Amino acid sequence: MEPLVSVRNLHVSFRLDKHTTFEAVKGISFDIPKDSTMALVGESGSGKSVTSLAILGLLPVENSIVDPKSEIIYGGRNLLKLPMRQLRDLRGADISMIFQEPMTSLNPVFTVGYQLEEVLKLHMGMSGRRARERAIALLTEVGIPDPTRRIDAYPSQLSGGQQQRVMIAMAIACEPKLLIADEPTTALDVTIQKQILDLIAELQKKHQMSVLFITHDLAVVGEIADHVVVMRNGEIREQGPAKRVFEAPQDAYTKALLKCRPQLERRPVRLPVIDDFMSGNPRADKDAPERKRGIRPTDPIILEVNQLGKSFYSREGLFGKREFKAVKDVSFRLAKGKTLGLVGESGSGKTTIGLTLMRLHEATTGEALFEGRDLLSMSPKEFMTYKRRIQIIFQNPYASLNPRFTIGQILTEPMEIHGIGANAQERTDLAFELLNKVGLAEVSFYKYPHEFSGGQRQRIAVARCLTMKPDILICDESVSALDVSVQAQVLNLLQDLQDEFGLSYIFISHDLAVVKYISDQVMVMNEGEIIEIANSDEIYKHPKMPYTQRLLAAIPKGWHGEHAARAND
Amino acid sequence: MPHDIPLKSATLTPREVPHTVSPGLWTLAWRRLKTDYVGTVSLAIVAIFVALMILSGFGLIASDWSKETGVNYAPPSFLGADYEGGTPAAPAEPAAAPPTASEYKSQIVDPIGDVIAQLKAGKAPSEVPAAPAEEEKSVDPLADIMAEIRGGKGAKKEATAPIEERKATLPLGGDKWGRDVLKKTIKGSETSIFVGIASAIVATFLGTAFGALAGYYGRWVDDVFNWFYSVFSSIPYLLLVLAVAAVLQQKGILTIILILGLTGWTGTFRLLRAEYLKHKAREYVQAADALGASNVRRMFMHIFPNVSHVVLVQMSILVVAFIKSEVILSFLGFGVPVDVVSWGSMLNEAQNELILGKWWQLAAAGTAMAILVTAFALFTDALRDALDPKLKGRLGS
Repeated sequence: MEPLVSVRNLHVSFRLDKHTTFEAVKGISFDIPKDSTMALVGESGSGKSVTSLAILGLLPVENSIVDPKSEIIYGGRNLLKLPMRQLRDLRGADISMIFQEPMTSLNPVFTVGYQLEEVLKLHMGMSGRRARERAIALLTEVGIPDPTRRIDAYPSQLSGGQQQRVMIAMAIACEPKLLIADEPTTALDVTIQKQILDLIAELQKKHQMSVLFITHDLAVVGEIADHVVVMRNGEIREQGPAKRVFEAPQDAYTKALLKCRPQLERRPVRLPVIDDFMSGNPRADKDAPERKRGIRPTDPIILEVNQLGKSFYSREGLFGKREFKAVKDVSFRLAKGKTLGLVGESGSGKTTIGLTLMRLHEATTGEALFEGRDLLSMSPKEFMTYKRRIQIIFQNPYASLNPRFTIGQILTEPMEIHGIGANAQERTDLAFELLNKVGLAEVSFYKYPHEFSGGQRQRIAVARCLTMKPDILICDESVSALDVSVQAQVLNLLQDLQDEFGLSYIFISHDLAVVKYISDQVMVMNEGEIIEIANSDEIYKHPKMPYTQRLLAAIPKGWHGEHAARAND
Repeated sequence: MPHDIPLKSATLTPREVPHTVSPGLWTLAWRRLKTDYVGTVSLAIVAIFVALMILSGFGLIASDWSKETGVNYAPPSFLGADYEGGTPAAPAEPAAAPPTASEYKSQIVDPIGDVIAQLKAGKAPSEVPAAPAEEEKSVDPLADIMAEIRGGKGAKKEATAPIEERKATLPLGGDKWGRDVLKKTIKGSETSIFVGIASAIVATFLGTAFGALAGYYGRWVDDVFNWFYSVFSSIPYLLLVLAVAAVLQQKGILTIILILGLTGWTGTFRLLRAEYLKHKAREYVQAADALGASNVRRMFMHIFPNVSHVVLVQMSILVVAFIKSEVILSFLGFGVPVDVVSWGSMLNEAQNELILGKWWQLAAAGTAMAILVTAFALFTDALRDALDPKLKGRLGS
């Protein structure tokens, strides 16, 4: 069968300055078949998004160079050579796109109905009334409840999942032949992610269109894709039918991607990392021994939190105040040298707990007992001595390091503040020591954060916390922004440090597989309340509460999930 | 401490890791600036002006600007001594011997003498002989006083610059008293640039300090500063300037610097307040808080280096604005005192000269100012592009 789109020998470079260019896509070729879902998988910097932008002709004109020999054939025409006007006619009508962030892709000052109708009027030439009827039909199709009312809502009045549904409705409004979905579920909670994936799969079948699904997450791919293209550093590592790629991966990189991600069923002592596979390490393929997790009632307790509450107030009217309870009467105990996983969807209050324990937010009620003293009620001066014993690693390593400081300054600053080390020389030595510990070269001491990758930056953030020799480390989504392979490295590092120094972790994440891997005990939260708290093996095998069950059911299962069953019949 | 990171440092010798120093923000910006043709050229022009300012500030050049080296209204050399607009009235009289000092000076202060001479030379040559006496009598009520004033200095001056040695032309012409316009322009640029830079520093300092406090602390601190800002910026600018001038009660360079500095901080304040609001919520500042860094440390050690490029660009914008403001103030007569020359005071003198067709003082001061201000503004643009390369890409330039 003739493919819908053929990409042939695509080269895309970016001009960095006058003399240097960076080749983001290095001559890739693949076909998107008709009426099927094709997944483009790769980590950051693999060139997957650049490829999709090239198909739509959306590459920035000023600094991108497409090799003249590259071809993207659609309907017998080379999209790369098409005049701007014809290309614009194709966009939205024949080929349309949904983006990662629905919150920023919709224009906040127009109603969703207006934005939907605009597409219909522009491309289909519909009149006002017909466009509105069609818009309502589309909203019904993507599963927006009460569409006749919601059509006049502004984007901010809809939830993230609903906004993404509106984006999908806009994308399919003109019955496109190809729908490009660029990480459409990455910004969404796991339960919403499942709904959106199901919706895309259903629409693909119904409209017999092709979907180019771009993602970094192989587990999601397993749920939805018929064909898989694996990219790395601008090259295609492997492509083929999903069944073959998942069951018998040929390329070492594909194997690594499949293995590096923590799995729900298994918990190896160490996660394999990409390098193990790429260097052909024979141990990589073998299954490592399992690690035992869980706490016993006799384990010593390092932190006891009682009835913790945090409210935010917003103004209402001239004098009124509205209270929003982000955390409601939360009590838990953290065992020494163990990890407590904190899971929940966005808005569940898990991050607020972390920030409140650090006193970056002021608690409204409750106490946190550390060595018998209440951390939350001490004076700021008293707290200074405790501050260094509880530390936090933030989510985004790109934002949590001061870009104007060298790594040396970043590492020695906390020691200066807390008077650790007798003089500058000792502090410098300790900084070098810690750089070794987290696996960074000593030269790093003199560099700036922007010279490091995300994973390396997160190691620097870990090293910064270690300078203060903390007892408790709060990891606030610390691996969520990282690529799968780097995530494995950082998780291994955290585990090594716990084994060596007996650190206690509070591990906050929305990623249930990661939490399962790293935690001894798991606390599930929803809307500021604890739903369930238990040993991690226990909670994943026998979830008691319906919310937990729902959460666990929504985890993408990869190839062994639902899709496998569907593909087999 | 329940655990300790094993330290081998006891046995370690002081460590010298071979490394290349990574380029920081400023190095990178400098590299980008060097590739910008317009930026480099305008930087060179600004550098020349600043070098002139420094040289004349130390009295190495143009220190004798007030010496009357040429004949009054000496035309620029490139026009030649007999350029009609510039030829003094006296040489037009064929019969006249070299004028005596008192005669000469009395003619100098005659503001319309030239015009009259010209008119007469053109229209009624026969009447010329009658002219001088008539002029002298009718025109100069201050002649005696002037002669008296000059008499005091005259003795000294005549020794150094006898009238006969006065040049008929000067490189860029002479002013009413025969002072060299080129030197005046250089000396004037010293005043103008110094006032511009110094007042920009004062204004930026105030704006940054207020903006940092308001943006960082928020709440009532922010309210107080915002109220102050609103009240302050509701007063018409010139009125405010005059009010400050009235309070400070004396003319002088310091006064102008204070006037401009105290009134010009508002824009920087708004900008820096917004930057601090934005940055204080950033994770790296939260991280610093978690490390135990104090408020002052977070404000100035952590956030300030991240907004310093904004401050720099603001400052260069203000320098341009204040050079112009100084000119306006001096032109209006609120500026520098009489014994100081600035571009503004030159322009102020030029408005009278222009009637007589003596345009070179205006041209010299105006051109110098236009070149500097344009170069500085272009340099500021280049600087902003160099400091924020992303902005440039987005605009597609």
